[in-house]
Amino acid sequence: MSDLTDLGIRQIRDGVANGDLSAREVAEAFNAAVAAAKPLNAFIVETPEHALAAADKVDQARAAGETLPSMAGVPIGMKDLFCTNGVQTTAASHILEGFKPEYESTVSQKLWDAGAGMLGKLNLDQFAMGSSNETSYFGNVVSPWRRNDGGNAPLAPGGSSGGSAAVVAGRIAPGATGTDTGGSIRQPAAFVGISGIKPTYGRCSRWGTIAFASSLDQAGPMARDVRDCAIMLEAMSGFDAKDATSLDVPVPQWEAGLNASMAGKRVGIPREYRVDNMPEEIEALWQQGIAWMKDAGAEIVEVSLPHTRYALPAYYIIAPAEASSNLARYDGVRYGQRDLPEAANLQDMYAATRAAGFGDEVKRRILIGTYVLSAGFYDAYFTQASKVRALIAQDFERAWERCDVLLTPTAPSAAFALGEKSADPLAMYLNDVFTVPSSLAGLPAMSVPGGLDKAGLPLGLQVIGRALDEQGVLNAALAIEERAGFNARPERWW
Amino acid sequence: MTNMETSYRIKGATGDWEVVIGLEVHAQVTSNAKLFSGAATAFGAEPNSQVSLVDAAMPGMLPVPNRECIRQAVRTGMAIDAQINKWSRFDRKNYFYADLPQGYQISQLYHPLVGEGAVEIEDDGRSKTIGVERIHVEQDAGKLMHDQHPKRSYVDLNRSGVALMEIVSKPDMRSPAEAGAYLTKLRSILRYVGSCDGNMDQGSMRADVNVSVRKPGDEFGTRTETKNVNSIRFVMAAIEHEAKRQVAVLEDGGTIQQETRLFNPDTGTTRSMRSKEDAHDYRYFPDPDLLPLELDDEFLDECRASLPELPGAKRKRYEALGISAYAADVITAEVESARWFDALLDAGAKPVAAANWVTSELFGALNRLGKSIGESPVQPGQAAELLALVADGTLSGSLAKQVFEAMLETGDAPGKIVEERGLKQTSDTGAIEAVIADVLEKNPKQLEQYRGGKEALFGFFVGQTMKAMAGKANPQVVNDLLKKALAG
Amino acid sequence: MSVDTATVKRVAKLARIAIRDEEAERLAPELGNILGWIEQLGEVDTSSVQPMTAVIPNHLRLRDDVVTDGGIRAKVLANAPEGEHGFFTVPKVIE
Repeated sequence: MSDLTDLGIRQIRDGVANGDLSAREVAEAFNAAVAAAKPLNAFIVETPEHALAAADKVDQARAAGETLPSMAGVPIGMKDLFCTNGVQTTAASHILEGFKPEYESTVSQKLWDAGAGMLGKLNLDQFAMGSSNETSYFGNVVSPWRRNDGGNAPLAPGGSSGGSAAVVAGRIAPGATGTDTGGSIRQPAAFVGISGIKPTYGRCSRWGTIAFASSLDQAGPMARDVRDCAIMLEAMSGFDAKDATSLDVPVPQWEAGLNASMAGKRVGIPREYRVDNMPEEIEALWQQGIAWMKDAGAEIVEVSLPHTRYALPAYYIIAPAEASSNLARYDGVRYGQRDLPEAANLQDMYAATRAAGFGDEVKRRILIGTYVLSAGFYDAYFTQASKVRALIAQDFERAWERCDVLLTPTAPSAAFALGEKSADPLAMYLNDVFTVPSSLAGLPAMSVPGGLDKAGLPLGLQVIGRALDEQGVLNAALAIEERAGFNARPERWW
Repeated sequence: MTNMETSYRIKGATGDWEVVIGLEVHAQVTSNAKLFSGAATAFGAEPNSQVSLVDAAMPGMLPVPNRECIRQAVRTGMAIDAQINKWSRFDRKNYFYADLPQGYQISQLYHPLVGEGAVEIEDDGRSKTIGVERIHVEQDAGKLMHDQHPKRSYVDLNRSGVALMEIVSKPDMRSPAEAGAYLTKLRSILRYVGSCDGNMDQGSMRADVNVSVRKPGDEFGTRTETKNVNSIRFVMAAIEHEAKRQVAVLEDGGTIQQETRLFNPDTGTTRSMRSKEDAHDYRYFPDPDLLPLELDDEFLDECRASLPELPGAKRKRYEALGISAYAADVITAEVESARWFDALLDAGAKPVAAANWVTSELFGALNRLGKSIGESPVQPGQAAELLALVADGTLSGSLAKQVFEAMLETGDAPGKIVEERGLKQTSDTGAIEAVIADVLEKNPKQLEQYRGGKEALFGFFVGQTMKAMAGKANPQVVNDLLKKALAG
Repeated sequence: MSVDTATVKRVAKLARIAIRDEEAERLAPELGNILGWIEQLGEVDTSSVQPMTAVIPNHLRLRDDVVTDGGIRAKVLANAPEGEHGFFTVPKVIE
């Protein structure tokens, strides 16, 4: 038998269910992989005992002849944005260092209820703000991938779910949770050659997930393939009365509904999804994707999403504005770090605590958000951005009259080296150019690996679907996956 | 009554000044649970014991609105004939303070639940309409305590997240008395509706008082806002002090700063509030954790159908029954007394006699006993029986007073008391004639004077007769028989 | 779009983030750059557009008025950096 850590979610689930594997041996194998992966700096906290306890419960349940839940025996990584009861939860920020929630996020609880176990809390960009995992207080996550130039330059795993991407690509976890505000699941998935889906806004409860930008934040799975994403998304989704924006609709059986035939489907190709200096290989992969879609039976239609170029600036008003308010609660009074200089009054304490607790990128976004909401600027910035957001959503609505899903590149480049873009915030923001529009419109969108570039690094294709049509997105991604035959994986160097 | 402007003026060295007053009343919505969390709202609990993870603004916590709080605000709006907005939404008001765990208050700025309405007030025989700009729903803050520790303030979040209605008046008031009348009337309406208990001691109702002064006919002056004044009397005192202070500043050649001030009940003065110095850029924006609040007709119909008869309508109904304006006013001022009175009428009491009895006898007795109407030992049904005994001549006025005293003491029904104590009034002419004969015989001198033309002595003979019959004789029969006997 | 250091300091004060002079000087061009880029939104004619209010069509659900929470003081205070007698404590506030 091959190494247990080569197994994906479905294989583990089925193996445990039919007795080929014990959940404990699986958990032990992945715990060992976690322990050996320190150079990637993917975990902020490791929780081998949690994975083992969950595994033992599953093994006992099986021994007792019980029906096993959908992710029984699957150990996963948990992005450190999900509050986990009694386990430090930091959002990769110093300001929450030492914070141990007295509660469990809805999404993580659903996964535990589905029989999954936790390998640890995964590193991320601080408060999920970043596209390279370089803004974490706990250090950069290093991608398991290296360029084939022999230079060994450490690469960014993408962000903000950089830890999640790294462990899934590095066979350190069969799956991991991510969250996506403007592309934080899809862009890192593309950078490391794995699959990741951001479901429709409201599918996954936001309760207990540390907020970045409330109107955009959505949790989703990151896994080796489309099927594993479908399995995990099913476990994570569902109505939650504790989240007023949660959608009160049934969770479809996405795994059972998987179908790689695109016969009778129309795939839209938005002509605006191109940027200056986009590498030719990305354009080529896109064309290849179109060919795969045709091969799967789809009709290809060119569509226009005319407000695409305004999505990024609108996003960089709305997301920081919401964040500036969402992060006001980190004030050193009820939890987290407090910095109380000698003779400081309350307001001094706030300013000192937040200065010491937040990283540069978080501060930058809080300042932008504060600025755009401040007296005299609100209408010009926030109201205008909210209107542009409505126009972007309308663009998609019009597109759905002509097609069922949209196919685009996930990111305008392959993974870049750590430090390569961190000096220029604006250049970093441009990474999200293809992922942000569907976030603004709340639509389900997925990245699936398509191939490698000349440097041997993965490139991803993005499928965007109608609201609530995760099935259509998963099926189109599956059609690509089957044709791409992507089986490249990073060589283990850590 | 006429809609006449007040003549209230501040006398300054440079002439008369007019005071312009607007009130923002924060009324705690009567509900079991908080506006956005399932924690309790009860007053006086142990610190931080009525706090959910949402109220403490733990990371990842989300608000879910309480239907009852929305319903009560809508009903309040309907009670002041206000525009009810079927589409409203919650905004965040951002500022940092230790009593505000989220770093923002969830409130409604751009699209409030309730729009323009009006409250009718009476002040010194004049009636006036005070405009209400809006009513919106928002979260209360927690509570800070400053006296427990030399270097620390204590934070208690029990109130954090309790639902408030902010009822914003237009700057329509021109004297402390008008402001007092407005608050009194508003409090009465809230208590009728049941949307706020109006308990100012416990902070269920507080007012932010906006005051400016101007020379009559001038434009509005710069206003100050005195925060969180928690009694009607203090509001009136704060206005008076603040208006005089502003006049003094202006007449000294100074200017009024638009600022937040604090009222000190011990000194009756206001002072600038340091902690709110730079809190005026609140960066309001729609709360992304909440969708727009959309109300359907069914919801609004229920709100309207569940509204009780309000004080204004009740007064008019009472006056139409012949009850004096004064009595109608007194009875309707508090919802409990109006309900008690309605029960009395329902039990068959005649309106005018009942109103007179309630305002004089009942309120007098309760006042003496230090009891509220809710604690009255006498129930409306018993009172109706007592009034019926007076109406049918069974009891005289003075007997009725005796019976009522006994009812207060024992809680017994009046019929039983009359029976047991033999307090029934007699119209037995034979018995009364015998007593009269006896009285005349015992007072020959007065009889002679009366018959000599001093008819004022009639009352003396009535008194003597009633006294001899221990008050139980029917006064009308006594009168008739006495006249006959005295005539000889 | 140019942002001066005074603006950076004013905004930082509103956001309660202490910044040193050299940080303000570094941030001013950075923020100016980002805000300048954002300003291209002004090109879009939105005169007949309503701002987006709900990302996905959905209506706000209301909760029943039932006490279901609270009574968890230990959990509420468990992570407090400082507190006593069941209260959180902060530097003394003068109102």
